[in-house]
Amino acid sequence: MLSDLLSHFNYVVVILLMMTGLYVVFASNNLIKKLVGLSVFQTSVFLLYITMGKVKDGIPPIIEKSYDSHGDGHGGGHGDGHGDAVTHGADAAVKTAEVLYSNPLPHVLILTAIVVGVATLAVGLALVVRIREVYGTIEEEEIDRLNYAFDIDGIEEAMEEDAL
Amino acid sequence: MSGFLTGWLSVEAPVLLVVLPLVMAAICAVMPKDKIAWLLAFITTLICAVLAFDIVLQTRGEQVLSYALGGWEPPFGIEYRIDGLNAPVALLISAIAVICTLYALCSTDAEIEPKKRAPFYAAFLVAFAGLLGMVVTGDAFNVFVFLEVSSIATYVLVGMGASRDRRALNSAYNYLILGSIGATFFVIGVGFLYMETGTLNMADMADKLAVMGDVSRVSQVAFAFIVVGLGLKLAMFPLHLWLPGAYAYSPTAITAFLAATATKAALYLLFRFVFTVFDPSLEFIGATLTWLLAVLGVIGMFVASLQAIFQSDARRVLAFSSVAQVGYMLLGVGMGTALGLSAGYVHLINHGIIKGALFLALGAFWYRYGIVRVSDFKGLGKIMPWTMSAFTIAALALIGVPGTAGFISKFQLLDAAAQNGWWWAVGAIVVTSILAVIYMGRMLEAAWLQPAPEVNGKPVEKREAPLPMLVGMWVLAIAAIVFGVVPSWPVELANGAAQVMLGGGL
Repeated sequence: MLSDLLSHFNYVVVILLMMTGLYVVFASNNLIKKLVGLSVFQTSVFLLYITMGKVKDGIPPIIEKSYDSHGDGHGGGHGDGHGDAVTHGADAAVKTAEVLYSNPLPHVLILTAIVVGVATLAVGLALVVRIREVYGTIEEEEIDRLNYAFDIDGIEEAMEEDAL
Repeated sequence: MSGFLTGWLSVEAPVLLVVLPLVMAAICAVMPKDKIAWLLAFITTLICAVLAFDIVLQTRGEQVLSYALGGWEPPFGIEYRIDGLNAPVALLISAIAVICTLYALCSTDAEIEPKKRAPFYAAFLVAFAGLLGMVVTGDAFNVFVFLEVSSIATYVLVGMGASRDRRALNSAYNYLILGSIGATFFVIGVGFLYMETGTLNMADMADKLAVMGDVSRVSQVAFAFIVVGLGLKLAMFPLHLWLPGAYAYSPTAITAFLAATATKAALYLLFRFVFTVFDPSLEFIGATLTWLLAVLGVIGMFVASLQAIFQSDARRVLAFSSVAQVGYMLLGVGMGTALGLSAGYVHLINHGIIKGALFLALGAFWYRYGIVRVSDFKGLGKIMPWTMSAFTIAALALIGVPGTAGFISKFQLLDAAAQNGWWWAVGAIVVTSILAVIYMGRMLEAAWLQPAPEVNGKPVEKREAPLPMLVGMWVLAIAAIVFGVVPSWPVELANGAAQVMLGGGL
């Protein structure tokens, strides 16, 4: 049991973050806190994607000339690596194919998702600012109460109430 | 069958559908004069509608259009893939966008502050591009990106209703929270599918899943996340809580656009994932269709129709009615038979047309007289006869009166339910149609049978909606009648779509 959890440590963190985020969105009454919860929730998905991109023993997916010459993926100096790559071009290409890279695609996807998350958060915060200007509060229950008063009493009375 | 456009325009049409509005949105946003921005937006939507129409013609008869973005071969690069299932939805979205842009020429005068009008059209074009992108793309992660592009622009547009009614802000916020949760659920599902298949291309995904045969738990979980995520986006009961507020308080042109297109694009994605990416003959998917989608659809039909009856705000009546209509479509999907799918698909198109017309007319009532409550509908037939006539035609179509588009789709749905032996569903369709008679009848009765209202003892002056508004709603109202009398075209498209869904691969 414990070893299962430890061997899937990233996934445990993903699930914890996901549940925490969703709980905050649903349980909190403050509009800003809800957005924080939403961000945590979205971040957990970033971690999920990054985790699935990791290949065991894989190196960062960057094609470097120095890798070509050594093949084992553990670097090498600049000077000699460069020289070797030029002289043994064809040989190096074969070696490159043998290097185990991590999957770069999830990272690229998550870059996009981060941008989307930032945009959502920005629009959400902008809306909260406007809500604060118009309603004078960012507590959801209070806003619901004001809306309800608006529905029941008609426009004029609700506006009077606001003025008081 | 081939389209009418020639040369590169025809080849590049799938990508132009998305790129053109995106680029024009940026240009619109910096336009100093709002009328220039409007003109650009109108031309853009018009071109997109022409392109979409060409694509519909090209994809007739099981033709598939594939466009590899940047020349990257399909399973690796992003592919735009259009077949009989998504081409009609793209046409619906762009046609409604043309009408709503035309309508916005007048409606923004009353709703949006002058300096915000150019950004308003820009946001509208972004939302439009996002919806089209969701529909035409064949890449699962690209779907998520476009889903969010359209959603974020939509939150902004809904929030712009604040100059008319401050509750727009609160509604936009709620929509943002629930919409983001929905999109995130969807992307979690896509992640699991990617884990399982190692591809993001939907056609490739379908092949890989088919080869695996017995479905693993990972793809079952992926399926669950995708259905819930899309369920939030398409306002499946009980995930519809964002919808009434968003429809009621956003600017009128946006309400009509959202009601006619946004939930439809999400519904298309549900079709796409359930029937073409996954194999609907698998046991757990069959069970989901019957026990989740169909049952929730029927419950939604009842609950939302009942809620619609007790609303005092006409916009909320129509919004709850939309939730109920989504129930009809889900019921069609839930049957999983060719007939049921075709019925659900026809209803998707017809309801887009009908609800578009209803919300446009409702917006015109507000534009002229500030009317939003059902109790204020008294005598509207006498002071705005043309607008009210369009509203009436669409209302009758929504109820499902013979000779209108609504009748065709409801009758097909009844037929499909009966052939499936689902008599409870037949009963549910009939009973909820009667509920629709009650909630729409209330408005029609007040508008036509009660005397025109009086102000200071004098009857209110007759003031018709301006021409650009009337044109849009009448085009849709006439379409609702034409598709009711000569239903061959939408039914043919829907049958083609059902064939794509049940034919297995994309």
